[in-house]
Amino acid sequence: MPDFDVIVVGAGPAGSCAALTIARTGKSVALIERGPFPGSKNMYGGVVYPRILDALIPEWWNEMPVQRWVTRRSTMLLTDTQSLSIDFRSDAWGDAPYNGATAFRPDFDNWLANKAVEAGATLVCSTTVTGLITNANGAVIGIHTDRPDGDLTASVVIACDGVNSFLAKEHGMYPHTDAAHFTLGVKETITLSKDIIDERFAVRGNQGVDIEILGGTSGVNGGGFIYTNLDSLSVGVVLKLPKLAAQSKRPEEIIAGLKSHSAIAPLVEGGTVSEYSAHLIPEAGLKMMPTLLDDGLLVAGDAAAMCLAAGIWLEGVNFAMASGMYAAQAACEAIEKGNTSAKGLSLYKKLLEDTFVLRDHRKLRRAPQLVLSDRVQHMYPALITSVVQGMFHVNNPLPKPGLRKILKDERRRLGIRTIDLAKDAITGFRSFG
Amino acid sequence: MSLQWPDISFQDRMATAEFRVHERAHIVVNSDSCNGCTTRACVVACPANLFIPTSDGGIVFNYEQCFECGTCYMVCNEEGAISWTYPEGGHGIVFHHT
Repeated sequence: MPDFDVIVVGAGPAGSCAALTIARTGKSVALIERGPFPGSKNMYGGVVYPRILDALIPEWWNEMPVQRWVTRRSTMLLTDTQSLSIDFRSDAWGDAPYNGATAFRPDFDNWLANKAVEAGATLVCSTTVTGLITNANGAVIGIHTDRPDGDLTASVVIACDGVNSFLAKEHGMYPHTDAAHFTLGVKETITLSKDIIDERFAVRGNQGVDIEILGGTSGVNGGGFIYTNLDSLSVGVVLKLPKLAAQSKRPEEIIAGLKSHSAIAPLVEGGTVSEYSAHLIPEAGLKMMPTLLDDGLLVAGDAAAMCLAAGIWLEGVNFAMASGMYAAQAACEAIEKGNTSAKGLSLYKKLLEDTFVLRDHRKLRRAPQLVLSDRVQHMYPALITSVVQGMFHVNNPLPKPGLRKILKDERRRLGIRTIDLAKDAITGFRSFG
Repeated sequence: MSLQWPDISFQDRMATAEFRVHERAHIVVNSDSCNGCTTRACVVACPANLFIPTSDGGIVFNYEQCFECGTCYMVCNEEGAISWTYPEGGHGIVFHHT
């Protein structure tokens, strides 16, 4: 008999939703976390979209540790001297059943892990999993940990061990790892009073704002973000690794550059940096996804690269929660049928294929590359902002130019070829249309 | 850029994060590989600035204030120059308002 029916490695949103789902069926499940508490190793770029929790925790919004409910969502383009925002506000997002929330991951992840514990999962913190135990046939039957006599066995292991997933790599689930598939996220939590935040961001009560930024990253492909916590702001940048490595500005200098932009400085000035943090993001979507299951093993969350970085949509926690839940359902079915081979666990793949987890990734498979491409990063923001400036700039006594003429002139000035513009428009339309 | 941001020192910046340091270094750098490396990607990319070039062409590093992000071994183009594992359970970075 194994020590547990299922061992879940990593008590992030994927692991905790997996453990919660398994514990509710009455099966034994261990949830192993290397940090001193769940969430202590985790940071992100800002918004949890918890709709999937409806299936696990009815009226989760009454208990989830939320900073603010996002009622304003902005997408901002920055050049050195210009900014252009699309700013959307919905009052509906400020009431149940809500849409998205800002939350601190150490609070959110800890809360979710404790839901699994309440359901009967065994949470073991401060324990690093150092490898997988396999049998003579190569099937995964347990884990090695850094505790004395720390080996544990299980019918199924679910690896939710995050973006670096040493377990998935050790087991050969990633054919190759390419630095170009990752971005580095660095973030400052900036303390400011609630009143000042409410005033600067035009929100009240527990309403919040999420601003996603294209440009403002000192020429390194990536993006920026600012979002509101209750009495702090989170400001950061994500930076494509090979581009970051190929230039000379350090990550904190790139944040400083963003914060000094004339469109950003008035939002953040006067605040005190109360925490600096960094984390990798699996950014390439479907293209980088590993093999998702093998005999006795399932991979979920960031460990399976289930992070959606598609420009206008930047999501990850929801993909983690859903994939963890589906992995758990597949593990439970396999155990009940007495077949935990890859074939026995194949329900996982089906559940992912049938829902947003793989459907969104499939539809948006070209988006991450497009969004991080040199043209989208370095040419189109300048094109769009200069067209808008041409539109609104009053140049009397000259008459107003037509929009088509402005676009043509600016495209020529910036050296953007019509053919490239058309190609990118088609890719964009196929992804987002 | 229109305004100059009065930034905090790097030391003060790192002091905002909590590190429960273990005596075992979880990063090991093979200095032979670093001596021949001209790109030095880890030096610019590590968000904790843990990799410092020395005048004799090597790299000194410290592991104590590591965010455990993995950037260093990902950007390193010298196969095996940076060995990186997670620190012992319960140790290393502890985030709070992230």
